[in-house]
Amino acid sequence: MTTATPVQDLTKDQLAQAYRVMRTIREFEDRLHVEFATGEIPGFVHLYAGEEAIAAGVMAHLAPTDYIASTHRGHGHAIAKGCDVKAMMLEIYGKAQGLCHGKGGSMHIADIEKGMLGANGIVGGGPPMICGVGLSAKTRRTDQVGIAFVGDGGSNQGTFLESLNLAAVWHLPVVFVVENNGYAESTSPNFHQSGVDVAKRADGFGLPGVVVDGFDFFAVHEAAGEAIRRARSGGGPSLLECKVMRYYGHFEGDQQTYRAPNEVEDIKASRDCLDQFANRVTSADLMSAADMKAIDAEVHELIGTAVAEAKSAPDPDQSDLLTDVYASY
Amino acid sequence: MITKLGMPKWGLSMTEGKVLGWLVEEGEKVDVGDGLAEVETEKINGEVEAPAPGVLRRRLATVGQVYPVGALLGVIADESDSDAEIDAFVADFQAAFVPEEAADEAAGPATQTAEVAGRRLRYLVHGEGDGVPAVLLHGFGGDLNNWLFNHEALSGTRPVYALDLLGHGQSSKDVGDGAATLAQSLVGFLDALGVEQAHLAGHSMGGALASKVVSEHPDRVASLTLIASAGLGSDVNREYIDGFVAADRRRAMKPVLELLFADPSLVSRQLVDDVLRYKRLDGVDQALRTLAAQMFPEGRQPIVFTDTLEAASVPILVIWGERDQVMPVAHARSLSSGFTVEILEACGHSPHMERAGDVNRLITQFWERA
Amino acid sequence: MARKITYMQAINEALEQEMRRDPTVVVFGEDNVGGFGSPGELDAWGGVLGVTKGLYGKFPDQILDTPISESAFIGAAVGAAASGLRPVAELMFVDFMGVCFDQIFNQAAKLRYMFGGKAKIPMVIRTMWGAGIRAASQHSQSLYPIFTHIPGLKVAIPSNAYDAKGLMIQAIRDDDPVMFFENKVLYATEAEVPEEPYTVPFGEASFVREGDDVTIVAIGRMVHLAEQAADQLASRDISCEIVDPRTTSPLDEESIYESVEKTGRLVVADESNPRCSLASDIAALVAQNCFEWLRSPVKMVTAPHTPPPFSPVLEDLYVPSSERIAEAARDAVTGKAGKVGAR
Repeated sequence: MTTATPVQDLTKDQLAQAYRVMRTIREFEDRLHVEFATGEIPGFVHLYAGEEAIAAGVMAHLAPTDYIASTHRGHGHAIAKGCDVKAMMLEIYGKAQGLCHGKGGSMHIADIEKGMLGANGIVGGGPPMICGVGLSAKTRRTDQVGIAFVGDGGSNQGTFLESLNLAAVWHLPVVFVVENNGYAESTSPNFHQSGVDVAKRADGFGLPGVVVDGFDFFAVHEAAGEAIRRARSGGGPSLLECKVMRYYGHFEGDQQTYRAPNEVEDIKASRDCLDQFANRVTSADLMSAADMKAIDAEVHELIGTAVAEAKSAPDPDQSDLLTDVYASY
Repeated sequence: MITKLGMPKWGLSMTEGKVLGWLVEEGEKVDVGDGLAEVETEKINGEVEAPAPGVLRRRLATVGQVYPVGALLGVIADESDSDAEIDAFVADFQAAFVPEEAADEAAGPATQTAEVAGRRLRYLVHGEGDGVPAVLLHGFGGDLNNWLFNHEALSGTRPVYALDLLGHGQSSKDVGDGAATLAQSLVGFLDALGVEQAHLAGHSMGGALASKVVSEHPDRVASLTLIASAGLGSDVNREYIDGFVAADRRRAMKPVLELLFADPSLVSRQLVDDVLRYKRLDGVDQALRTLAAQMFPEGRQPIVFTDTLEAASVPILVIWGERDQVMPVAHARSLSSGFTVEILEACGHSPHMERAGDVNRLITQFWERA
Repeated sequence: MARKITYMQAINEALEQEMRRDPTVVVFGEDNVGGFGSPGELDAWGGVLGVTKGLYGKFPDQILDTPISESAFIGAAVGAAASGLRPVAELMFVDFMGVCFDQIFNQAAKLRYMFGGKAKIPMVIRTMWGAGIRAASQHSQSLYPIFTHIPGLKVAIPSNAYDAKGLMIQAIRDDDPVMFFENKVLYATEAEVPEEPYTVPFGEASFVREGDDVTIVAIGRMVHLAEQAADQLASRDISCEIVDPRTTSPLDEESIYESVEKTGRLVVADESNPRCSLASDIAALVAQNCFEWLRSPVKMVTAPHTPPPFSPVLEDLYVPSSERIAEAARDAVTGKAGKVGAR
């Protein structure tokens, strides 16, 4: 595994921001878990709780002009990339003022203006698009980068493997972040990739690949920082395999009988990214428990308001069914 | 005595019927079994029969309307019953009537199964009482639903069993050695139900199997009714048998089934589809081919029971349609005077369906005498 | 009467009975068993919605999980079929066809033809279709027209549990590649289904209802909405004949023409998007082959020309409703030309 950013290398603002991002994601997802069980949320929802350190650690190095392509498990990426939390909640409830005007839902949350190329219902749908982002940046000579997220399951899609190759041969300013959360739906990497580290695939394509502790914000921050600097400076693509676990099921409603008993409770007790972060910053005297509590309270209120507003917000108008199909026709 | 004329339940799945027309005027005298109205159901058309003697005092059903099973279609009463009494009867009935729910299986009898020599037989029983039990046996390619116009009517004072023969309906599709196995299974069925002796009534191939049982186990048979039966002559319409076996599409099956009736319009699309669904069950094709090859090869019937039956002491009733296109009516006409033979005019190979009222009456009287 | 089971159970039973009868019938797809390599329960899912649950316990050598690699495992199904197996592979949602379409339309569909009849590809691809559960654009499409279009493929679209079991058994026994479309909303619907194995032939439409005034050809889930429409119209004295093609390739054209000859009017109810839909295909066939029997213009009831939306109020407008089908039938009877409704 890689080394971690020394905690003192980050400013208090950066640390507070990182904490805020992770706490917002955690609270957002935990609240959705509760609300989904009431039956009011339509469709499928795939929760990111447990994996926050990855989104926060990667996005800490990005500007709004950088792009990310996400997976079906995209709320965490969207929040970390700066998408409006209330607009996200409205979208998940299918309301007119949602980020996508209610037309995309949880699996297709996007905000191009914030460089969020969307959550994706198609596994492996993102990586080729991020290659395109890289090509665009290189052609227009900007220092933008593109980040493609996939899961351990998604790393077996042809599109992912082709994208690794394409990014390498075109020498693109992109980073592939594999969030290996231990399950492709219900099957384990022990089966679906014979237990071999995804990071090793990078070798075959000629780009650097590293394994990262996905529960450790500082480890992710360090590895992502190096990969993104490499990309921005013309050094080409990289692959990060962040090993982590998800706290909830593949989708809400998944009974998760394929997991070991107490699996989630054990991880929460020993590896939780927010607990680890809190321990590190308080030990180093860079943030206090009170600081974090204050952020917790603000986040709690934000999520609470977001849900309340989403529930009572208006639905899309009938005429919206036919809009936004084309730019012109 | 005021009696309800209600929408009957023909077969297991009927939930409603459309009244096509009245056959009798208001004020006319009617006898038990007289056809009073023509009704169309999903599967087939039939006649609603008078359940009691008297005068048809009210025709309440409108022609062209659909009514649920059990609905009041009319009222039969004596001359002496007053209009006011009849009006009250109607009002009381309508106030209390709740149509049977389509899903309410508990309302009607359910089919049951019996294991005979390791093979499953499905059957339906109507009626109870001290009378000698009876068993109804359908023909080639049929099933126990073929008796939908007869089963309840015949079950007055005795249990009446309608069977799916091996290879048919929902019984096992393993027909073993063919006719011998089928006949054996009938005896096995009686054993399984603890029935010492029964009236047997068979249609077409079912008649031949019943005849076989009489020839081998006469002590088990109280009487024998043969309806357009096989085994009474050496001919059979191979167009029907071979056509039935070969037809695998609606277009091919329809003209084959039309041979069963004097009036081809009785063959509805639903009827054709039901037969095709049966034929597409695994094992049916093999079963039918085995039986056809044995009992009806190339338009011939190698197995004939006339002599055996002549010598048997079991009472025998033979019913035939004059316009039977499958089993020639000549078979009935050439039987000796020892047989009681009833030939019905304007009737095809399925008298029990085409002339249900007459057939029910003939059989009921026959069983009572036997 | 036969017992009643659900559409989902009927498919499970068809698979079970065929796997038992024929050891070369092998089932695979993502999470078809579920839990492979994971610490907890095996057969944890039995398919994302449970259609293949229980099969692993009975036939552990005949059912496998796959990685999320459609191109590879659908392609593997083609090769397996060509070399002695009868695979039933699952393309979880038909919307995912993009990642493996070559293996289906260029390989599976064409090997027999390109090799001069010397190859046999007896495979089935099971896939889910249809909107209505708020699964949004990439999980709700009705893409069967695309597969119907490809020579060499067969396409089955059961509308009820009886047809689902019979068509699946037929599909497995058929020596050609079959796309078997399972509608997600219909999984819980029940019908009488014989316990024994049986087949429903391809290319034979089912007459769900008989009528005289207008023919409604309805695909898959639309059959049920057409029945509701017909009930509504019966009270206005319009009698509808409902034809369920059951397979769109081969298509039972004769039954459709027979019905149009009787009624003189045609409505096609099809959940796919309107351009190059089954509706337009069937309308054109009728216009070409029984024009003289038509008394009024053909009416097509389809989804709009948009992706399926997420928000429930919009998705409910997207899927054709029984009201729209009834309106189309009324228009057909009165001879009103043009698109149904303001849309």
